[in-house]
Amino acid sequence: MLYKETGQYKSTYKSDHAIFPLIQDKIAFSTLMFIAFLIIPFVINSYWEKAILVPFLIFSLAAIGLNILTGYCGQVSLGTGGFMAVGAFSTYKIMTYFPDLNIMIIVLISGLITAAVGILFGLPSLRIKGFYLAVATLASQFFLVWLFNKVPWFYNYSDTGQITVSERLMFGIPVTGATAPPYATYLFCLILVVLLGFAAKNLIRSKMGRSWMAIRDMDIAAEIIGVPPLKTKLSAFAISSFYIGVAGALYFAVFLGAIEVTESFDIMTISFPVLFMIIIGGLGSMLGSFLGAAFIVTLPIGLKFIMVDLVGLSAVTAKHFEITIWGLLMIIFLIVEPHGLARLWSIAKEKLRRWPFPY
Amino acid sequence: MSVELLNFIETVLNGLMSGVMYSLVALGFVLIFKASGVFNFAQGVFALFAALTLVGYQTGQVPFAHLINELFGTNYHNWYASMPNFLAIILTMVTMIALAWIIERLVLKHLVNQDPIILFMATIGLAFALEGVGDLMWGSDVKVLDVGIPSGGSVWLEEATIGLAAEGSDYYGMYIDVLNVWATVIAVILVITLALFSQYTKTGRALRAVADDHQAALSVGISLRTIWILVWAISGFIAMVAGIMWGTESGVQFSLSLIALKALPVLILGGFTSIPGAIIGGLLIGVGEKLAEIYIGGYFETGALENWFAYVMALVFLLFRPQGLFGDKIIERV
Repeated sequence: MLYKETGQYKSTYKSDHAIFPLIQDKIAFSTLMFIAFLIIPFVINSYWEKAILVPFLIFSLAAIGLNILTGYCGQVSLGTGGFMAVGAFSTYKIMTYFPDLNIMIIVLISGLITAAVGILFGLPSLRIKGFYLAVATLASQFFLVWLFNKVPWFYNYSDTGQITVSERLMFGIPVTGATAPPYATYLFCLILVVLLGFAAKNLIRSKMGRSWMAIRDMDIAAEIIGVPPLKTKLSAFAISSFYIGVAGALYFAVFLGAIEVTESFDIMTISFPVLFMIIIGGLGSMLGSFLGAAFIVTLPIGLKFIMVDLVGLSAVTAKHFEITIWGLLMIIFLIVEPHGLARLWSIAKEKLRRWPFPY
Repeated sequence: MSVELLNFIETVLNGLMSGVMYSLVALGFVLIFKASGVFNFAQGVFALFAALTLVGYQTGQVPFAHLINELFGTNYHNWYASMPNFLAIILTMVTMIALAWIIERLVLKHLVNQDPIILFMATIGLAFALEGVGDLMWGSDVKVLDVGIPSGGSVWLEEATIGLAAEGSDYYGMYIDVLNVWATVIAVILVITLALFSQYTKTGRALRAVADDHQAALSVGISLRTIWILVWAISGFIAMVAGIMWGTESGVQFSLSLIALKALPVLILGGFTSIPGAIIGGLLIGVGEKLAEIYIGGYFETGALENWFAYVMALVFLLFRPQGLFGDKIIERV
């Protein structure tokens, strides 16, 4: 009843190829955008910004990036933390060398630098596949983190090895640094996420995205029908790394402000959680990247609330519980719905079409 | 002999022995991968869990003591003061077998026929869950593990080698940890036992049959599930041995589970499907790492190459042999 496509005729190819072909989807998406842009900025406070919204937006970007590589192109990567570190440290270095450059441009350039690094570390994917490649991408994770930790040039020879962001303005309002108001950091991330999200969605629908999927489904067959593996795999690595690099830049500049590379970009704090996001959200689904990010960002908060505030466990025990439940949830998800939250959503849509008269 | 040469030999020897430790972990991976096609990321956590359980049994800790005390305001700590090592090891083995059974029942059974990547992710989940359970059961403080294996530098070797250097040179003999020697001996015994077991027993043959071809094995009446439980139990046992060795060396703590990450380059170097590959790969990585630390590490003033050197080394090998040194040849058909 509520969600039916009956009566919505398409008379042009353009309308048939729209991202949201149904009027209901359009309404839902516009409402979401309306709330995100025009309501949340006025009601946001520092807790919501720091604990939920900004990390959600940043990890959505990272999840989109990894989803392009793993979900659409089929190349499993465990090096997300390393690439995010590249984004963060490029931002830092560019900030120190060009104090007057706009922060938006800095973030995008950091993405481009990460893309270049991604191409470099994507080269082995032409020779090796599957688990061998997954383990090989760990090399980039360990190497990059080691590099940023051990070569003092990257952190400007500071004694602590930390990098700290300085204040940058957009339209006269600080978006990075300690004085940035919650709505500014939130909007800054939101704009980037919306723009890059649409770009990714369209890339996936383009020739490039289709060749990624061809390589994912069967690389030899794809090569035979004329999809160049070199170009396709490396473009997936480049674009995926661009997104992850931008996410890393935001993670450092907007979200944390000061980071220490071995802690902030560890395999356990970034690489695996982002991989969980796309698995739980749904491999090869844009919506899944967002749902997965939302799930993984809010889960620890919810668990902590239940266990520390309601049951009254100590923080350490709650942490152990959190790890256990996290692991169990992963397994349960994989058993019950290996295609993730995005699949649940499409099942729900199917059900909504026939509601309230299912047959 | 010159001092440089002696130092080189010492480095290689130490590298070989730390390589044995890597091989021990890699062996567990290979066994499971061959028999069930699962790339078991939880192998490192297995080692941690086994070591935690062993210490727990030895010192008579009450499982979940922290949790129970916090929930009910009680104050439980220990059942008894201590338990003989032998008994504790047997009990830990029983626990690991029970764990294998639980994993087969609750996880693997439901994931048959899924993509390898899904199974891999499930084992990452397993790693998290097991780590959390281990911490909840036994507490997360660093524990001392002592099952009576001697450790520390070998005085005998030091004295025996000090005379090898040229007269008047500044040489103090080789330093080799006795623990590593023991680890090597135990690993060799373990591998020989495994080889004999899989070669000469009925169950061992069934194991190899499953590793060779699942469907053919099923058709001649081999129960896949029994074999899977068995393989996971054996891996649990190997993890326990690895856990004892690493735990004795550096204490039982969370970082023990990271040895899995150390074993991964060994795996891709040796090939996922080859037991000799795991051993030789481990030795190569061990030696390579130690040599690199001394001969290349000097050029970077910062050192600490060991985190990534093994990976880069494995990667270089992979570029020439994408299936690893001894892995099955990858044949792809459309």
